[in-house]
Amino acid sequence: MRVVVLAALILLQVAPFMPAGAVNPDEMLADPVQEARARELSKDLRCLVCQNQSIDDSNASLARDLRVVVRERIKAGDSDSQVMRYVRDRYGDFVLLKPPVQPSTYALWFGPLLFAILGMIGVTLFMRRRPASLAPPALSEAERRRVELLLAEVKDGDGRLTP
Amino acid sequence: MITEIGHLALILALVVAILQSSLPLYGAAQNRAALMQFARHAAIGQLGLVLLAFLATTYAFVVSDFSVMLVANNSHSAKPMLYKITGVWANHEGSLLLWILILAVFGAMVAGFGRNLPPTLRARVLAVQAMIAVGFIAFTLFSSNPFTRLWPPPIDGKGLNPLLQDPGLAFHPPFLYFGYVGFSITFSFAIAALIEGRVDPAWARWVRPWTLWAWCGLTFGIALGSWWAYYELGWGGFWFWDPVENASFMPWLAGTALLHSAIVVEKRDALKSWTILLAIVAFSLSLIGTFLVRSGVLTSVHAFATDPARGVFILVLLVIAIGGSFALYAVRAPTLKGGGLFQPISREGALVLNNLGLTVALATVFLGTMYPLFLDAMGSGKVSVGPPFFNSSFVPIMVPVLVAMAIGPQLAWKRGDLAGALGRLWAAFGAAAGIAMGGMLLTGGGDILAVLGLAVVGFVLMGVAIEWAERVRLFQAPLAESWRRARAIPRAAYGMSIAHSGIALVMLAIIATTVWRTEVIQVMRAGEQVNVAGYEFAFEGVRDLNGPNYQAQRGTFQVARNGRFVATLEAEKRFFPVENQATTEAAIHTTWFADLYAVVGDPDGSGGWTVRLYHNPMVPWIWIGAVVMVMGGLVSLTDRRHRVGAPATRRRRAIDHGMPQAAGD
Repeated sequence: MRVVVLAALILLQVAPFMPAGAVNPDEMLADPVQEARARELSKDLRCLVCQNQSIDDSNASLARDLRVVVRERIKAGDSDSQVMRYVRDRYGDFVLLKPPVQPSTYALWFGPLLFAILGMIGVTLFMRRRPASLAPPALSEAERRRVELLLAEVKDGDGRLTP
Repeated sequence: MITEIGHLALILALVVAILQSSLPLYGAAQNRAALMQFARHAAIGQLGLVLLAFLATTYAFVVSDFSVMLVANNSHSAKPMLYKITGVWANHEGSLLLWILILAVFGAMVAGFGRNLPPTLRARVLAVQAMIAVGFIAFTLFSSNPFTRLWPPPIDGKGLNPLLQDPGLAFHPPFLYFGYVGFSITFSFAIAALIEGRVDPAWARWVRPWTLWAWCGLTFGIALGSWWAYYELGWGGFWFWDPVENASFMPWLAGTALLHSAIVVEKRDALKSWTILLAIVAFSLSLIGTFLVRSGVLTSVHAFATDPARGVFILVLLVIAIGGSFALYAVRAPTLKGGGLFQPISREGALVLNNLGLTVALATVFLGTMYPLFLDAMGSGKVSVGPPFFNSSFVPIMVPVLVAMAIGPQLAWKRGDLAGALGRLWAAFGAAAGIAMGGMLLTGGGDILAVLGLAVVGFVLMGVAIEWAERVRLFQAPLAESWRRARAIPRAAYGMSIAHSGIALVMLAIIATTVWRTEVIQVMRAGEQVNVAGYEFAFEGVRDLNGPNYQAQRGTFQVARNGRFVATLEAEKRFFPVENQATTEAAIHTTWFADLYAVVGDPDGSGGWTVRLYHNPMVPWIWIGAVVMVMGGLVSLTDRRHRVGAPATRRRRAIDHGMPQAAGD
């Protein structure tokens, strides 16, 4: 599906990016636990010169630089959140693929919940309102008396209705 | 000369479309049969003219006529013939032409096969269809003309991006457009119904096949694109929640909701105005998908500035189409009165729940896709909304929808018996519990969410099987009786079961490959071996080769398991000198339960090569599942009640012979 992105890029004559996986063996950390942490963090960081790719799957040189930065911070003993803060302080919110929860993104983060609540309210109202508006109109006094008469005839007779 | 004929044909098609969009509307209002009849002839004539324009462009590509600017910019004489032809739509102007062609094909199909439609409805549908054609043809002629000449012609063309020179990609746009344009028909039906002020079960029955066709096309197109990304991009990713992917996914979500709500209109004469709204939304999102992707506005608000004429044209078109249809909806929808009543616990109720879930999911994807744009336009800073957001919001919304998918078909129309339905599903609950417990034991409680996801998959698959078994009274009646019942079940019901199984398969594969894939990235030298998820990959080194229009470096791996040969994997890096670009060709061997996936990267300068080796469990089932979904749609289309062509005569014959209709569901 990235296909359409590519098609769009080509149409727009934006610098095309090269495919192929990104992380190279020479960047990797010797400690597998640290490397695994670096990979996870990389998935949440945006390659700034690419179109919506994480630095983990981009092989742009800037993405590589950022991967190296992440690994250096991990080697220096930073926790995951410290690494993310370090990168965010330098590159801004734009670098985070998971936007921070802050006033400007409240609508984003709470939007889905709001949609779900509104949807459920809508469905409830729809279910409640419909029978009322569509129920047959109430019987008039004369009609009700006639119904009673008919029912009584059925009850005491042989079931045959005589007008 | 042929190019000029094509150009002229497209101009004439515009004229015909303008007439077709106005005269039949007047005719329907005044009840003038001749004017209404004109719509049919115009629709068929338009198809002829657009086909001529399309063939003229194709001809220019086939003979490599570089005096046509489009060909010079997007083709090359050394390109294989297949990609010369698919190159017609691998660019902005040509893809618009393909869009218009598919639009004309659908229009002509309504004209040709819609004999059982009331004449006023058919005239109005074709007129609305022509309005869309007017917008698109005008946009093509005035701002993206594929027939523009270039003088002096260059000696050779600039070539086609090598990433686009691939079978998966070559046929991705036609299917996607088939889906997008298919929704134009349901849209036209919706607008025509609003003009007429009448929506009834018959309307829903006429619309259903078109929705199904569009849905099948879109499903297949999205799957094809995802498959292409998987094998071409070189690391096995298949879905990225990219704005452009989302642009095709949103119409799919709306279309899936439409497919389900239209059933309620058809069977129960309820949810009418909601269904009309969904038809409008599905096509509006298709328009946004087609246009905003091109305008580049999804990447950045400023991209509009790169070509202001196109940008403004697109905006005006979107405002007229979407704004106009919503305005009409606002005026006319309140006059549509719902008919059938139902309890919340009922088949209708389950379909409402389906629509609620799909709509909330759609709104969420829309919000996430557009949010960076909104924020940027408001000057409130730049953010990125990537996969982490979508995964954490979309997935929880869809889980109840999937669970409901197994329960809903068990409920009766009007008033269902939930306890009874859940009771009949005891085996499905058992399967889910078994998978959950087995999974916990196997993974040591490590991947709880994945295991729970697989339990839902098991529940859905069992639910589908139970529903069918109940219908045919399997093991409750003699086998002959079950067989008779199985044959009497309408095709549409089989279509539903097949499509629902397909969804479950896709889900199964996505969970398995996301959570349990194995990856090895390292430098290897010829003769070295590495173990990936129990498979021994022996690297035999890299050698050079020449392709038709590229040079390749091919790395070879011999793969064995427990000492027994499994496959030879040959991964290539290709360099295309004309376009000065490289591509990777991953080598993939599938065992059906997993893919072995190898990619060769760069040399390290001292005889070693960077290699990426993957074991992707269950991954082929993503696309097999998608194909199963499409098959479900196609089976449903063969249901005699939904057949597009000449159902009227067939039905009449059935009645004449006193044949009972297939048992209703």
